[in-house]
Amino acid sequence: MYTQKVMDHFTNPRNVGEIENASGVGTVGNAKCGDIMRIYLDINADGVINDVKFKTFGCGAAVATSSMATELVKGKTVQEALQVTNKAVMEALDGLPPVKVHCSLLAEEAIHAALWDYAEKNNMKIEGLEKPKSDIHEDEEEVEY
Amino acid sequence: MEKKIYLDNAATTKTRPEVVEAMLPYFTELYGNPSSVYEYASQNKKAIDDARTQTAKVIGADPSEIYFTASGTEADNWAIKATVEAYADKGNHIITSKIEHHAILHTCEYLAKHGYEVTYVDVDENGIIKLDELEKAIRPTTVLITVMFANNEIGTIQPIKEIGELAKKNKILFHTDAVQAYGQVPIDVKELNIDMLSASAHKLNGPKGIGLLYIRKGVKIRSYVHGGGQERQRRAGTENVPGIVGFGKAAEIALATIKEREEKECKLRELLMKRVLSEVPFVRVNGDKVRRLPNNINFSFQFIEGESLLIMLDMKNICASSGSACTSGSLDPSHVLLAIGLPHEIAHGSLRLTVSDEITEEEINYTVDQIKEIVEKLREMSPLYEDFMKKSN
Repeated sequence: MYTQKVMDHFTNPRNVGEIENASGVGTVGNAKCGDIMRIYLDINADGVINDVKFKTFGCGAAVATSSMATELVKGKTVQEALQVTNKAVMEALDGLPPVKVHCSLLAEEAIHAALWDYAEKNNMKIEGLEKPKSDIHEDEEEVEY
Repeated sequence: MEKKIYLDNAATTKTRPEVVEAMLPYFTELYGNPSSVYEYASQNKKAIDDARTQTAKVIGADPSEIYFTASGTEADNWAIKATVEAYADKGNHIITSKIEHHAILHTCEYLAKHGYEVTYVDVDENGIIKLDELEKAIRPTTVLITVMFANNEIGTIQPIKEIGELAKKNKILFHTDAVQAYGQVPIDVKELNIDMLSASAHKLNGPKGIGLLYIRKGVKIRSYVHGGGQERQRRAGTENVPGIVGFGKAAEIALATIKEREEKECKLRELLMKRVLSEVPFVRVNGDKVRRLPNNINFSFQFIEGESLLIMLDMKNICASSGSACTSGSLDPSHVLLAIGLPHEIAHGSLRLTVSDEITEEEINYTVDQIKEIVEKLREMSPLYEDFMKKSN
């Protein structure tokens, strides 16, 4: 059901862990829906992401998208990291099953939440960054029988 | 371990070689249509009669009370839809439980959208239906009580006799979905006051694509599938002769081995339960510990999610299942685990292991070793575990 890349990032996830005194931390998702992602960013004075770590509670796709998202933003500037969309994460993983697309949205949201935290801590505004939603599943429809 | 360890026997089972052997002639040599008049086809008619006797024996029914269907799901649909239709003059109310299989729940939801009224009775923390609530739910317009014999996820066996008595006392038909229990635990439909019962062959080492509905003599429900005169005018469609023969053989073997399988499976279940509970922290067993199917174990591991656990077990050649949202295809975890009062995050971390008599103690021990390692790995990357550990330090 998953691509080889998804399986690779699920079984050998990159950048798992925490960063003490991180520049920004973002946690998104909720336990009700079964996935929670937390991203830690270490951003230097030039606005470059030196290091990034994640922790995820969720399915294989949730772990793989978190892992891939951290790889995609590492070494990037804040502005570049902001351009890492869920589509980019999915493409880098060679695709996700349709029911798992929300995991990639969650990964994008987690990066944004961590950047938002970084901006708040430093009393700055990041161009193009909106306050992340706390729950990305709000508008999903119910199935009818 | 090189060999696959199949711990998902509630999903389906291996067709026994004796069953396959019994079925084979009915594909190649004895392929006649049982409805034909010539002698050649009448052998098939006899084969169906024999299977009817074999499957009836398992539940203490008369062979004439057994009707073959294409699946347990079809039997459930038939029992419910045909009952509400036949008893339309009496009323339009159905009583069921919150932990039924989707074959029951979605049929009830469908009927509720078409003017019927359905009461979903609560269960306690072990998944046993609340009999007092069930009794209170009865109305003059109630035409059917349908409560599963044993739950497919947590293995809890319901107080079927008490429900049967309640139904009889109030002159309401009682149907039970016994797909998980048929051939696994002793059932006597007369003693238990069961009016209708659904079963499926592939859960007891029979073939897929064949089920049955037991309808007690005197219950006036009509056909659900219209067409020819098969199954005494009650279920049209040329009989699945190989399937029926396979079901009969599987039922015969299941009945003959019920005790020894129960003993063996209970032993494996206890070993698995004991080791996991003593060696893995933050875990609970879901379902009743005593009133439980011999082959079923259901755990919830805190701070981790079920699908991740399943994929990692799969990589170790272990087949299992989970009640997490990701495995149900929706965002909510299993309705059964929520009904027994588990919070969402605990329900997401569930793992169902269902053994068979072919499983060895060595395989159970290997499985526990893998579970320990995987749970630890997943917790290391879980933000819920991180928060919990920080709070408790």
